[in-house]
Amino acid sequence: MAKKTPRTPYVRLTRPLVRDAGELRPASWDEALDRAAEGFRRNVEAHGPDAFGMFSCARATNEMNYVAQKFTRVVIGTNNVDSCNRTCHAPSVAGLAAAFGSGGGTSSYQEIEDTDLIVLWGSSAREAHPIFFQHVLKAIRRGTRVFAVDPRRTSTARWADRWLGLNVGTDIPLANAIAREIIHAGLHNTTFIERGTSGFAEFAASVEPWTPAAAERETGVPAAAIRELAHAYARADRAQLCWTLGITEHHNATDNVRALINLALLTGHVGRYGSGLNPLRGQNNVQGGGDMGAIPDRLAGFQDILDPAVRARFARAWGREIQPRHGLNLTDMLAAMGAGTMTTAYIIGENPTQSEADAEHTVKRLGLLDHLVVQDIFLTKTARMADVVLPAGAAWCESDGTMTNSERRVQRVRKALDPPGEARDDIEIMCALARRLGHDWHYERAEDIWDEVRSLSPIHAGMTYARLEERQGIQWPCYSEDRLEPSFLHSRLWETDPEVRGRPAPFAVLRHSPPVDRLDQEFPLRLTTGRRLDSYNTGVQSGGFASPLRRGENVELSPEDAERLGVVPGEQVRISSRRGTVTAPAFVDPALRPGLVFMTMHFPDEVDTNSLTIEATDPIAGTAEYKATAVRVEKVLGPAGGH
Amino acid sequence: MTERSEEIKRHAPVVTRPDEGGLTTVVPLAPPRRLVDVTVDGEPVRVPEGSAILAACSGTPTLCYGDTLTPKNACRVCVVEVTGSRTLVPACSRRVEPGMEITTDSERVRHSRRLVLELLGSSTDLSTTPGAAEWSEEYGAWPERFGPRGEPSTDRDARHPGAHEATDGATAATVAQPAKVDNDLYVRDYGKCILCYKCVDACGEQWQNTFAIGVAGRGFDARISTEHAAPLPDSACVYCGNCIEVCPTGALSFKSEYDMRAAGTWDESRQTETTTICTYCGVGCNVTLHVQDNEIVKVGSPHDNPVTHGNLCVKGRFGFQHVQNRG
Repeated sequence: MAKKTPRTPYVRLTRPLVRDAGELRPASWDEALDRAAEGFRRNVEAHGPDAFGMFSCARATNEMNYVAQKFTRVVIGTNNVDSCNRTCHAPSVAGLAAAFGSGGGTSSYQEIEDTDLIVLWGSSAREAHPIFFQHVLKAIRRGTRVFAVDPRRTSTARWADRWLGLNVGTDIPLANAIAREIIHAGLHNTTFIERGTSGFAEFAASVEPWTPAAAERETGVPAAAIRELAHAYARADRAQLCWTLGITEHHNATDNVRALINLALLTGHVGRYGSGLNPLRGQNNVQGGGDMGAIPDRLAGFQDILDPAVRARFARAWGREIQPRHGLNLTDMLAAMGAGTMTTAYIIGENPTQSEADAEHTVKRLGLLDHLVVQDIFLTKTARMADVVLPAGAAWCESDGTMTNSERRVQRVRKALDPPGEARDDIEIMCALARRLGHDWHYERAEDIWDEVRSLSPIHAGMTYARLEERQGIQWPCYSEDRLEPSFLHSRLWETDPEVRGRPAPFAVLRHSPPVDRLDQEFPLRLTTGRRLDSYNTGVQSGGFASPLRRGENVELSPEDAERLGVVPGEQVRISSRRGTVTAPAFVDPALRPGLVFMTMHFPDEVDTNSLTIEATDPIAGTAEYKATAVRVEKVLGPAGGH
Repeated sequence: MTERSEEIKRHAPVVTRPDEGGLTTVVPLAPPRRLVDVTVDGEPVRVPEGSAILAACSGTPTLCYGDTLTPKNACRVCVVEVTGSRTLVPACSRRVEPGMEITTDSERVRHSRRLVLELLGSSTDLSTTPGAAEWSEEYGAWPERFGPRGEPSTDRDARHPGAHEATDGATAATVAQPAKVDNDLYVRDYGKCILCYKCVDACGEQWQNTFAIGVAGRGFDARISTEHAAPLPDSACVYCGNCIEVCPTGALSFKSEYDMRAAGTWDESRQTETTTICTYCGVGCNVTLHVQDNEIVKVGSPHDNPVTHGNLCVKGRFGFQHVQNRG
């Protein structure tokens, strides 16, 4: 079987590097920090603060993310701060915030165990979130029914009572058809709709065309299965709707999220114990990064940056006015680099040259920057493009702080190791840069930063380190040090008193918009991407351990397509999209339906899957459509792979 | 045996499948628990209703008991006397009842525990079992009285039920055998296995639901095995290591620990244990890093943690090497 030499694992960065005559060379910390700061100063002086962009790190602590956004807003003076949440769950945050006012999953893991019905939509939790799935398994063992909605019959789907194998990008027709069936069967929760929602009549009218038969034609899911899911979800006493990137990595991802939220609003499966809406997050602190304000439109604790009272409070605490407008998100920042309006960037712990859709394009854009500073634990492909590389500690085991998980639980991170060589803690590095740029920042301990967060973010106010330690983490919101809130959000929507109830959650009227990358005769197959159990994202971390499960990149084909193409397992095949071409060994997976092709993004140095994917982004959240690429798969002519 | 099956049945959750369409609540929420008064060696103790006797008697030795698992009642080292009960009862699984009188240190209890430790100690390598040396001392266990230990065997995986040959009585039968080192992540050293079944339960329906291992063979030839004794890379194993987390004897261990023990460098007195958050997905698993000389040598998870209940996946348990590839 043809086999490439596995990539040598990445080795930790132990010294700062600076670029001289086109080459990176080791430098002292003083020299590297001076250069990094000077470049920022030069660009901000020449083009204003909005020429700066911060890519904060979804795998660093809350404290680090708080300092990173404060650095952006106070030291530089722009709101251009974002993190890789943009490539995964920003639409979940945007959709949940639009409906409920805050962007977190609404339930707790314990409630997954205590629910009657779980719908896993576009989520292969068995592989991508294995310990979350253990809570699902507990529930299954106790009698909970599970529906899996996924184009692939994944290992998750194998645990479900029903698998609804929809066509890629037809989530809205399916959700709308489920809604229509619930309404027609009279199973919608009129009490909840009257009390806690708005826009029901328009919504009901909008789903009317999606009869089960019409939805079957568009989604490929049998009408009977659509009806069954609709009735089971509506009739369950408690039901959970969970999703992952199968929902969010689409050009209309925020609409997809709203389509799922509509179902919960229709049935009252939100705001009660055991019923909720749960995006499963992909990085260990992608929830916390957003919660801390390392996003362009919110300040710590989901506070709206457009609200003058909120800005005034932060400005008082920080001693600098905050721009009264949204900054650029990660996708917009990359575009601004291309347009020449963003000339300097500070990238912390991110690898956009390999994680972004249409990767070649991203490399070109970063190449246009006047000054790029990358702070990472490895010399990633992105770091190799930098003018200054700052060696950081690994947040999860070499620093103190907190992180926030998918159930909004803020938990303590504790230092177990000393960083190697001269590598330093992220926060220490940012403070050193801030001092060079005229801000005398010193934080002795992570807890001091956390206490500053607590003083500014009401939903974190009651979470002292002592309490987090004692309770093994606390879910937000936690407003006071002497009380705990319920484990689920939005119970206010059930209140009888409209004053207490607050703003009702609006239904969203949604239009079906098929994937941008159309299938045609030239590109007849639908490529979708995802994770495997033992690997992670661009493989920088997971490439470091010797997993017996790892088989490198493959292109997974249905048995039918493999036969039609005359391809045998292990054979090298060429995969082409409208943007690029890669070759990879074929793997035949009966879990795929004809027409569907699957690849991961774990081995970009061997097979750069993201050179195929399309950078069609969601207009609201800016997430790219990784899940739907039109491709062609061909046999490699000439000497076939070495098998 | 009836005692065991009854105990298991009492632990089994209520499972009622809903009708098609699912109208009923299938998962009842647990009611609050009352406290129950019992006496332990004459002293009054109060524990929550439904607890096992073990909750009332701290310091009781246990081997097959797992705080995250349904009791298996396999090892019998935790037995106590309950007034009115004909036989000794396993403290790990018998539930407390109001007014129960429990005796933990009678001669009958001590004799039984001693015999259990002697039989296990004569047939199994307990050198890495936490507590085994102290308990053997405390109960006066003398495994050597069964004679010198028999030779390690290499054919245990191939023994069929009924094929067992008794030894001549001059040497103690043992389960000694070469350790199975068939992957880079963890080692199975079944010469240390006491057949507590905890790994099987953790791999199977109680946690991981992967079912890569089960019990093969009968009687003294019984052993934990993959399907057809296949090496792990050819088995259903997904390397979550949740079997290592529950193994009470060190039969299952990180390859890093196994190699360091072989090299004589494993030194728990120089190790720190720090609980932090896993670096991979957003579930937020708590990982306890065992660190010796600034190197992660082993990873666990707190058993009482609401996110993990002591379980991790392959990345959380074994995916730490990238931080210590220091060039």
